[in-house]
Amino acid sequence: MSDIHPPPTVAKPASGRAPRAAASGASAASTARMGADARQMRWIKIVVFCAALYPFARLIVFGLTQQLGANPIEFITFSTGTWTLVMLCITLAITPVRKLTGINQLLRLRRMLGLFAFFYGTLHFITYIWFDQWFDLHSIYHDVLRRPFITVGFGAFVLMAALAVTSPRAMVRKLGGKRWQLLHRAIYLIGILSILHFWWMKAGKHNLAQPKLYAAIVAGLLAIRVVYAVAARLKRPA
Amino acid sequence: MVTEKNRFLRGDDIPRSEITPRDVFENRRRLIQLAGAAGASALFGTATLARAQSAAVSPDPKAQKLSARPNPAFRLPDTVTPYQDITTYNNYYEFGTDKSDPAHHAGTLQTRPWIVSVEGECQNPKNYAIDDLLKLVPLEERVYRMRCVEGWSMVIPWIGYPLAEIIKRAAPTSSAKYVQFITLDDPKQMPGLSEPIINWPYSEGLRMDEAMNPLTLLTVGLYGQVLPNQNGAPVRVVVPWKYGFKSGKSIVKIRFVDKQPPTAWNTYAPQEYGFYSNVNPQVDHPRWSQATERRIGEGGYFTPKRPTLMFNGYGEQVASMYQGMDLRKFF
Repeated sequence: MSDIHPPPTVAKPASGRAPRAAASGASAASTARMGADARQMRWIKIVVFCAALYPFARLIVFGLTQQLGANPIEFITFSTGTWTLVMLCITLAITPVRKLTGINQLLRLRRMLGLFAFFYGTLHFITYIWFDQWFDLHSIYHDVLRRPFITVGFGAFVLMAALAVTSPRAMVRKLGGKRWQLLHRAIYLIGILSILHFWWMKAGKHNLAQPKLYAAIVAGLLAIRVVYAVAARLKRPA
Repeated sequence: MVTEKNRFLRGDDIPRSEITPRDVFENRRRLIQLAGAAGASALFGTATLARAQSAAVSPDPKAQKLSARPNPAFRLPDTVTPYQDITTYNNYYEFGTDKSDPAHHAGTLQTRPWIVSVEGECQNPKNYAIDDLLKLVPLEERVYRMRCVEGWSMVIPWIGYPLAEIIKRAAPTSSAKYVQFITLDDPKQMPGLSEPIINWPYSEGLRMDEAMNPLTLLTVGLYGQVLPNQNGAPVRVVVPWKYGFKSGKSIVKIRFVDKQPPTAWNTYAPQEYGFYSNVNPQVDHPRWSQATERRIGEGGYFTPKRPTLMFNGYGEQVASMYQGMDLRKFF
């Protein structure tokens, strides 16, 4: 399971987008092509950024037009929680899809998608401590300690925060590639904790259709990595 | 007329002097809604105003009216929850697990003909056709708080009469210790039954004294109309001092039994849902605290939850039934 590669930390070329090609001493023609690629990548990033903001925009519009239903806070809590999970799944899907399709540029979207998972996780967390608990620290403390579904959710959030803080390139340099890589493998644990959080919450009313769906997706995404890791190990001695 | 007995049945510990007459609080409510809407629209544009006004509009114009005498002993100072919220935010798993599912899918429920079988340990078992049941006793309107185990609450103007009226006519024998309520389980009418979420049919139960308590209401309507399907048409019970799931919907059997009957959520998870399930802010549900509740339709997004009252505020009428019982053990 070694698919977490730190982003390259070599000196930034002018574009800041194609360090490997630049470092390999590309010809003038390929440099021009790189420029076109970088421009394309910038547009792709803008489109993905806007698409990832859609769930947030939807909540705002629903809020303004009174479409959040009879219990708006519950709606916001469920919605932000679900989108955190969706963003986590998409982030975890980047590496398998890249390996299957050979589209290496996908890797450039990974950090942004991971940060969106953290963004929705943060909204989810704020909804809980503000609207649900009303900043009652005593009550929050008890919840985190005594209620397993909140304990694991809180754990996942703290880990996500650690990954978000160490997401800039400068942090990769600071930590060193190996340590950074090790830390960012926590995303696997975050995925598992998030599924537990969702599952245990819904188990109270035996309403497990959705948790089962997300559990299957996360399990699949982790299983692919195991398959790749085993295959890589088998290939090595040859 | 408010008799001495009725005065006792007020369902709140608030002194009489502080209880607002209905017309006054309804006017006040409209004003608060408008003021709140004005404040909110400064923040969020004019959309809020549209909803506040629509909430004040009378309920579904297509629904059948049901005349009932408002019982002055069961008014509340609380603002009544908007009809739209009461009828679109429901836990009724026979029609789906989302809160909005019952409003979308309960149209398939056939409420006529409908027979309620009163049976078991009694001298006069009887099958009541629903229309006979409606005429058995004059209907009254009672405003009750409704507290869901999930931590939200509503204030609902129900229409019905005390369940005790049915029980008295059935003349239960001395071995009748509990009353069991069975909900319809027809997969043709109830799409949610295909999911084995609980052991269908939905079953609930009360101890005989709880069932006979004057608060326990055999309910056939709300907001001056017959019960909407998603709220448990054509007949349900309402037990306002217990969590909402104790109030069985769309009832086809009322059965007198000698032992504590199996009840739906208690059977699924006995450590989470007790047989009694009296509203109790001191006894948490394992997954969440029960100390506070979100009052549906109250205020805006920035309104904090309100404290939950012991026995949902009905302690005066019901606490004596549980004297000497450890309510942590018998939660």
